[in-house]
Amino acid sequence: MVKQNSTIAYVRSEILEQQPAPRGQVGASKWVRENLFSGWFNTILTLVSLYLVFTLLQALVPWAFGGVWTADSLQECRAILNERYGNTHHACWAVINERWNQIVYGTFFPSTEYWRTHVAFVLLILAILPVLFDALPRKMMWITMAYPFVMVWLIWGGSLWGPISVAVGFGIAYFTASVAARYLGSGLTALVSAVAAFVWWMILGPIVVSALNDTMPLLALREIQSRELGGFVISVIIGVSGIALSLPLGIILALGRQSDLPLVKMICVGFIEFLRGVPLITLLFTASLLLNYFLPPDTEFDLTLRVIVMVTLFSSAYMAEVIRGGLAALPKGQYEAADALGLDYWKAQRLIIMPQALKISIPGIVNTFIGLFKDTTLVFFIGIFDMLAAAQAIRANSAWNGITWELYIFIGLIFWVCCFSMSRYSQWLERKLRTDHR
Amino acid sequence: MTTLTDIPQSQGFRLSQLIYDTRYRSITIQVIVFIAFMLVGWILVRNVTINLANLGKEIDFTFLRNPSNYDIQQTLIEYDSTSSNFRAAMVGLLNTLLVAFLGCILATLVGVTAGVLRLSKNWLVAKVMTVYVETFRNIPVVIWIIATMAVLSEALPQPSAFRGETPTASMWLWDTVAVTNRGTYIPMPVWGAGSVFVIVTFLLSLLALWSFGKWAQRRFEATGQILPTAWIKLAIFIAPTLLVYLALGAPITFDSPALKGFNFQGGIQLSNSMIALWLALSIYTGAFIAEIVRSGILAVSKGQTEAAFALGIRPSRTMNLVILPQALRVIIPPLISQFLNLTKNSSLALAVGYQDLRATLGGTTMNNTGRELECMLLMMLIYLIVSLIISSGMNVYNKSMKLKER
Repeated sequence: MVKQNSTIAYVRSEILEQQPAPRGQVGASKWVRENLFSGWFNTILTLVSLYLVFTLLQALVPWAFGGVWTADSLQECRAILNERYGNTHHACWAVINERWNQIVYGTFFPSTEYWRTHVAFVLLILAILPVLFDALPRKMMWITMAYPFVMVWLIWGGSLWGPISVAVGFGIAYFTASVAARYLGSGLTALVSAVAAFVWWMILGPIVVSALNDTMPLLALREIQSRELGGFVISVIIGVSGIALSLPLGIILALGRQSDLPLVKMICVGFIEFLRGVPLITLLFTASLLLNYFLPPDTEFDLTLRVIVMVTLFSSAYMAEVIRGGLAALPKGQYEAADALGLDYWKAQRLIIMPQALKISIPGIVNTFIGLFKDTTLVFFIGIFDMLAAAQAIRANSAWNGITWELYIFIGLIFWVCCFSMSRYSQWLERKLRTDHR
Repeated sequence: MTTLTDIPQSQGFRLSQLIYDTRYRSITIQVIVFIAFMLVGWILVRNVTINLANLGKEIDFTFLRNPSNYDIQQTLIEYDSTSSNFRAAMVGLLNTLLVAFLGCILATLVGVTAGVLRLSKNWLVAKVMTVYVETFRNIPVVIWIIATMAVLSEALPQPSAFRGETPTASMWLWDTVAVTNRGTYIPMPVWGAGSVFVIVTFLLSLLALWSFGKWAQRRFEATGQILPTAWIKLAIFIAPTLLVYLALGAPITFDSPALKGFNFQGGIQLSNSMIALWLALSIYTGAFIAEIVRSGILAVSKGQTEAAFALGIRPSRTMNLVILPQALRVIIPPLISQFLNLTKNSSLALAVGYQDLRATLGGTTMNNTGRELECMLLMMLIYLIVSLIISSGMNVYNKSMKLKER
């Protein structure tokens, strides 16, 4: 191109400085316009929710953060509030402070023994951690395996020989199984080891334990009755035991429901549908009122244990359905591949089917756990002294008569923290185990 | 070359085949399971008979015919303390079903709204809904029920607050609804002469509505013309009933509650225990339903929306015709199991003293008659039947909505 007789009046000869984007197209204002005020409907929604959030916070924040933390009774607390603000529209968190022991340990737990629950709690965390995070040293699993026995000893007290004897039963079962597996098939091995353990637990164990207890009691702690347990401690005991027991039971029920054996399938279906069909509260009432009818005469059966059994059974039925969903979602090729490799039923389940089925059903499993932990509040109705019962007792007490919100908010917060962290963990695990590329 | 050398000689049946031969093993296992099952059942039954004999009791359901001797606060069918225990149980069952039914409706409304809003592009609304869902899902429903009851009984005005020259509280909805800490009073319809015709007309107009929808759909499929169905349906819904109502001189009137003495009289009293239970169950279950709705909508792959847009379908119709039908297939089964949960959770009426099935049959009747075994069995059976009815409804739906593949 030759630059002569050009009709263009002006040609820029140097390049322009780069201009910033228009004000409305960048940064906060763009974000606000796109996300909050993109149309009349969105604008209304934003304004309404702003109003709601504002009203809520305006009511809640001064109430909660202006609260009183140390007082011995509601009157004293109100007096302090009146002095400070001229009104009583603020929280009396002092009740949490003053009744901390009652809420956490229950009313009847002897205060000299609180350290045992602390140790049990720390050990619980140490025992759970290696299960949750596989980056931790595998040796920690020994704590996990020992934990149930140590926990029983720490909470209920007595000599350590009893829990050890139960653990020895498991050891015997394991040893018998490893010996018998050399000579027998898998079904008979399981049978033989179960019989061996049963013989130990029912016949030999008690004799040995009572002899040992008489001669040299090992680390005997003061015995604590189940009705002395309460507060947050009992919720954790029931919740953790239920969680630990309902997963294996749920797996067995799910396998039973998928089984080719019509009789096994029928029993499992009946069991699952019955437990899912009735409210948990009726099962708990059965545990507290009716169980004596079904036991041999003159047998005593610890109430906490009954509740744990019922809660476990109830959530194992839900667990079974969740795992059945995982089993059904697995492509048929996986089953066929396991058969083609010549694996027997249990090996195929353990090595091929279950790892995948459980991975698929993680969200459902954790949801069932969360449900179980929340359902531990129902034990309040059958006279176990959990946090709700503590709240009721505190409200009925003359010192704190008239207090409501602080207690329920605190209890709710405890549950919220536990359940929310469980659901966050399950999301993390799901992401970690995801193998497909999306 | 391999030859079939080790064809098993027929040695007849050996006992070890019961364990090692897969053809017989399943029978062996089932026989063992059957024997174990029967044994456990027999032990339980034996224990029960021995224990009952020790207590001098026997299983006997005749107490159901005896008068109940207690009052129930809210009765949907005729009942007084001379009615039988069976009738008391039915009153309780109806109360359970009432609160469950109302709860399912409200929970669905709350849940669908929250679930859709959680997917909204509006950041603030989505966050508010996330907070709602996470707060309610992670706190036990018992605490919500007790807290709602506390709100109702502590934050609401007393009936006396409505009185005087300058009342501190006022009734809602043009002086027809009174919300007090003793309960909520709503107007009660008074069925005058001729109200039957109004109701029949209303039912007929519902029928007409349904057949009009069918007809409009057929016409659309045959001719491709779209009628303004929404307006016509609205007209069919309202007009005939209104006309008959006015023509007969307004036979249905409403008896509004009014403050007389220390309390409100007239109208229908909804007890606070019921309202607390209803609200708490609905809002709690709504949080779960919100998650179900959200995941259901997200489960419809993006390609479906894009395909609909590529065909030139408008966004609102894309939602109605493409996304919702597919999302519903994912949403409905867990939704119904939430309804089931809500129905079962209604037994927590215990926390607020609402007299449901558990409070009548499994509560006062059981304590009065001392027949724990019979009452609990009967109560479980009733809950089980209700649950099975709901879940069989789900199965029917699942079957009809199943993808028809190959």
